[in-house]
Amino acid sequence: MESRAIRLESEHDIVVARGEVRAMAVALGFGLIDQTRLATVASELARNIIKYAGRGRVIAQAAEHADGRTGMRLIFEDSGGGIPNIEAAMRDGFSTGRGLGQGLPGSRRLAHEFQIESSPARGTRVTVVRWR
Amino acid sequence: MNGAQRIPILKVGRVLVVPVQVDMDDQTVIGLQERILSELERTGARGVLIDISLLEMVDSFIGRMLSDIAAMARVMDARTVVVGIQPAVAITLVELGLELRGVDTVLNVDEGIKLLRDEFGADDDERDEEEAELQGEWHSFGEPRHQA
Ligand SMILES: Nc1ncnc2c1ncn2[C@@H]1O[C@H](COP(=O)(O)OP(=O)(O)OP(=O)(O)O)[C@@H](O)[C@H]1O
Ligand SMILES: [Mg+2]
Repeated sequence: MESRAIRLESEHDIVVARGEVRAMAVALGFGLIDQTRLATVASELARNIIKYAGRGRVIAQAAEHADGRTGMRLIFEDSGGGIPNIEAAMRDGFSTGRGLGQGLPGSRRLAHEFQIESSPARGTRVTVVRWR
Repeated sequence: MNGAQRIPILKVGRVLVVPVQVDMDDQTVIGLQERILSELERTGARGVLIDISLLEMVDSFIGRMLSDIAAMARVMDARTVVVGIQPAVAITLVELGLELRGVDTVLNVDEGIKLLRDEFGADDDERDEEEAELQGEWHSFGEPRHQA
């Protein structure tokens, strides 16, 4: 349960990913609202990978804070074309698809820690942590 | 195979009732949206009641579907009500930044039916006996009941 990777290769894997992330959140002792936040983040960022990079994966793992708190870390990785302008992509309402442009900024609000790295050569990695 | 076929669309009086009972993948969401619109057209229903009480998560994709259905239904002179959103889902939606534009949300099915009835009047509810028979859990249009 410490760490597991979920493949993201088809639209159906979005459903699988949010289910697995929720189950792991339950196992880590998160309450209902946090389970819902984590499942929603998983759904948004997994869909971005399917939609914009085609495929990738999410690694879900238990996290430990320096102050002793426990939590959950989700790492979304793909080797797609990357995000040319991260600052713009993080803005509410920005979308190059036909989306609401809410996935990235919304996921940042649903997490305690949020980190995004992207380049055309290496693809995109988004890391989020939610503490209990 | 179309996953959306698994979600029933019931007609209760002049309202389409859509009990969403599964965690929908994106194709199911799209298929459901299309079916609701074609049922609206076919039946001339005046209201759409989408019961999401069993949904454990609403993300931007499902949220957009709900807004889109409401907008398109409005063009067809029908009003959309979303019922039973779980508190944890509602909180998460707000933090995500979704406002479900144009969608009325109420707590339960009874309230939803009442709201829609007020909208187009009680006399309007000529009910379709045949379809009502199929429903089972829908006691009558006047007294909707959810079976536990
Ligand atoms: N993994 C990724 N690879 C490449 N581009 C991405 C990736 N994730 C996001 N993007 C880019 O960032 C933009 C913003 O993403 P965000 O999830 O916020 O909105 P959206 O997906 O367009 O709409 P929504 O998520 O609200 O349906 C996207 O339109 C896309 O251009
Ligand atoms: Mg997105």
